[in-house]
Amino acid sequence: MKKPRLVLIGNGMAGVRTVEELLKIKPDHYDITIFGAEPHPNYNRILLSPVLAGEMTVQEIVLNELDWYKDNKITLHTGKQIKTIDRVKRKVIAEDGTEEAYDRLLIATGSTPFILPIPGNDLPGVIGYRDIKDTDEMIEAAKLHKHAVVIGGGLLGLEAANGLKLRGMDVTVVHLGPWLLERQLDEVAGKMLQKSLEDKGLKFLLQTQTEALIRGESGRVTAIRFKDGLQIPADLVVMAAGIRPNYSLAESSGIYCNRGIVVNDTMQTYDPKVYAVGECVSHRGIAYGLVAPLFEQAKVAANHLAGYGIGRYTGSVTSTKLKVTGIDLFSAGNYMGGEGTEEILLNDPYGGVYKKLVIKDNKLVGGVMYGDTADGPWYFQLLKDGRDIHDIRDQLIFGQSLVGDVGHAGKSKAADMPDSAEVCGCNGITKGVIVKAIKEKGLFTLDEVKKHTKAASSCGSCAGLVEQILASTIGGAYTPAASDKKPVCGCTEHSHKMVRDAIREQHLTSKEAVFKTLEWKTPNGCDKCRPAVNYYLISTWPHEAKDDPQSRFINERSHANIQKDGTYSVVPRMWGGLTTPNELRAIADAAEKYNVPTVKVTGGQRIDLLGVKKEDLPKMWADLNAAGMVSGHAYGKSIRTVKTCVGAEHCRFGTQLAMSMGVKLEKMLFDMYAPHKVKLAVSGCPRNCAEAGIKDVGIIGVDSGYEIYIAGNGGIKTEVAQFLCKVTSDEEVMEYSGAFLELYRQEGWYLERTCHYLERVGLDYVKGRILEDEEGRKALYAALLAALKDAKDPWATSREPEAIKQFIPIMVEA
Amino acid sequence: MSNWKLICKLEDIPPLGSRVVHWEERGKIAVFRTADDEVFALHDKCPHKGGPLSQGIVHGKRVTCPLHGWNIGLEDGQAVAPDVGGCKKFDIKVEGGEVFLAA
Repeated sequence: MKKPRLVLIGNGMAGVRTVEELLKIKPDHYDITIFGAEPHPNYNRILLSPVLAGEMTVQEIVLNELDWYKDNKITLHTGKQIKTIDRVKRKVIAEDGTEEAYDRLLIATGSTPFILPIPGNDLPGVIGYRDIKDTDEMIEAAKLHKHAVVIGGGLLGLEAANGLKLRGMDVTVVHLGPWLLERQLDEVAGKMLQKSLEDKGLKFLLQTQTEALIRGESGRVTAIRFKDGLQIPADLVVMAAGIRPNYSLAESSGIYCNRGIVVNDTMQTYDPKVYAVGECVSHRGIAYGLVAPLFEQAKVAANHLAGYGIGRYTGSVTSTKLKVTGIDLFSAGNYMGGEGTEEILLNDPYGGVYKKLVIKDNKLVGGVMYGDTADGPWYFQLLKDGRDIHDIRDQLIFGQSLVGDVGHAGKSKAADMPDSAEVCGCNGITKGVIVKAIKEKGLFTLDEVKKHTKAASSCGSCAGLVEQILASTIGGAYTPAASDKKPVCGCTEHSHKMVRDAIREQHLTSKEAVFKTLEWKTPNGCDKCRPAVNYYLISTWPHEAKDDPQSRFINERSHANIQKDGTYSVVPRMWGGLTTPNELRAIADAAEKYNVPTVKVTGGQRIDLLGVKKEDLPKMWADLNAAGMVSGHAYGKSIRTVKTCVGAEHCRFGTQLAMSMGVKLEKMLFDMYAPHKVKLAVSGCPRNCAEAGIKDVGIIGVDSGYEIYIAGNGGIKTEVAQFLCKVTSDEEVMEYSGAFLELYRQEGWYLERTCHYLERVGLDYVKGRILEDEEGRKALYAALLAALKDAKDPWATSREPEAIKQFIPIMVEA
Repeated sequence: MSNWKLICKLEDIPPLGSRVVHWEERGKIAVFRTADDEVFALHDKCPHKGGPLSQGIVHGKRVTCPLHGWNIGLEDGQAVAPDVGGCKKFDIKVEGGEVFLAA
């Protein structure tokens, strides 16, 4: 069967990205032909500024080598501009006469620089700033000439000016607006930026209108004259006063345009066979000029071109980052404020730091940062998530590290770090390696960086820092997705929230049903989504959805922790950290009988037997079961331990019976699976010897009852637990703790610890659900107890005939 | 070649799962079963840091090493890009519901 033909006009970032997305989800569906007016393969236009500044070469910014087109059987016509689209005969015709028929057409003709309608605008030496050719021309001019004038103090203009200055020219920036980057910055930040750029040697003429460009004797431009009569020398004039969507081709073929090619939310034009993406498009009246929205468009267009019909593009909030080395600047959203908004300001002109956050209805709606942009991506994430910031408002301006988030993210300023600085401590990845990968491989997302460098792919605590490096390397191209919209993994477009909602609302009870209903792109998921889906199924429909061992990570499948040499560790449960001589004897016997090389006391008040062969596990468990011990779940995304102090049972300071409270909690929670591991502690008095302040749920006994703390963490990031409430009885401790853990079980995303969950939803929300809604709390508590009813010891059930197979190797003799 | 050794029944390997074969002179071999009942055999040693691939999660025609998450293609034993490396593969077949490894 003959394949349908797809023709792409425009060999740039938006168009080619659409083709890449298409090949990812439906390879071999189309015969693809690409026309590009430039003589180059697809390159990263965003990085033209570093090329101009001499920090990178043209070769380094190529995104798709010619081999890529060949490997994907794409016919590429470079240097061929399309002259006509014949929509009746469904073909495109290039200026040189090349014709190509299409079944689907994708237009991605981008934009053109706006050339001021003034006398002399066509003189040699007057250029826009758009492509490799312009960049080459500037580099050449810098070798031969002295005076450069850049018209336009926007992002592009400033990057051009900076580059030309670095190449030795004397550069003046002419700007119509009252301050630089007035579309991205407020006045204060704009002035600070101007000062830093002046320190670098740039000159500025603000609120200045250009009247004419003067021709010199050689025919080349020689000077520029302004409306106020001032005239200054200019051998090179760069017009960077904005871009205009390039839609003349589409318009002349009769496709409806209105300051851009008008598309709907599926990126389809008024001609259903024609799609358009990128800067040439007008979507809901907006033409985007930054790359992040274009990539979102590409994803949607690809999905519809593939015939899947899923996904709508609904517009983007954009952020800005200036790529001038040594200057840190970030802005996003509605940074100017206005009716109904409030502002939080931090202004330190001497320290060169300025931050402004704009808040509306307790939500962050915009912000500007100058001098210290380390928290830019974090603010941007808060903004996109629409997170209620009421509870962190008093510390918001000081950034993530003060409010508290993952690991050392936010504590180091990515832009200031030397290339040799280690970013990912787990895998030993330096900043230099990450930056190199981002540039050479053309990476745009955290996931891509993880895949290529392994940074942030183990414990994940440096993810924030990696995002900052990404943001400072590719600038405005970096846009995180809203947390509740991030796809679970490459197998699906759906987020954790969407998957979980579908499981609940459509009563899905098997992974097959989930994959089918949500149109998974892979036949049976991957190592990322299968465990998540399995958890959502069994936590949403306990006793109904069947647990799938093959969707669990090995530790949960074999009820023991895999070690680096492939052996396992065995940790019997010691309720509340209590044991008996009999149990210790059984542990000692087992350790000797199975030649356990290492016996270790854990941080969770129990004993770890390390180095056990897999085939010995069931036998060892049988011995431990016989002595009355059960699995400690030291291997699971599940309840781990309840650590206790000796409490009022023995301690002269104790106010409550910490040990017995701890045992009660641990028995209640036995075999509880959760999005991630869960640790509790109970201390008998405020001296808090059980370290309850860094547990998912921490109980501190006081004379009049118990204080309950939630969402602490002692691991990847040290996070002090937050005070939830005070209760008077043991029963209440069980009910409140249980209700909070069930809420986390139902709403936490897979692999999200309680501290991350709380950071996402806010303490106020949890208080609303647990403290202010008594009925709701009781229902959550009842749901937890119902889910954990009849919990069995996995060490015992693993010896049943079908389950034990995995532990028995198949022996083959010669 | 053509000398096949009976290993186990197909049903002894869970779909999307695996078993380990201890073969005296060859060491440990991981045998995998996909959702479509295809079987594959690889040296049970991840090219990255020697992790036991038999303990990984099987998806499509890949297995993810349990130690550091490398993905290995079951058909060729090669790591999935951007990772690079490979492990030895063995000929394996199913006949009449029984699994045979090439001796």
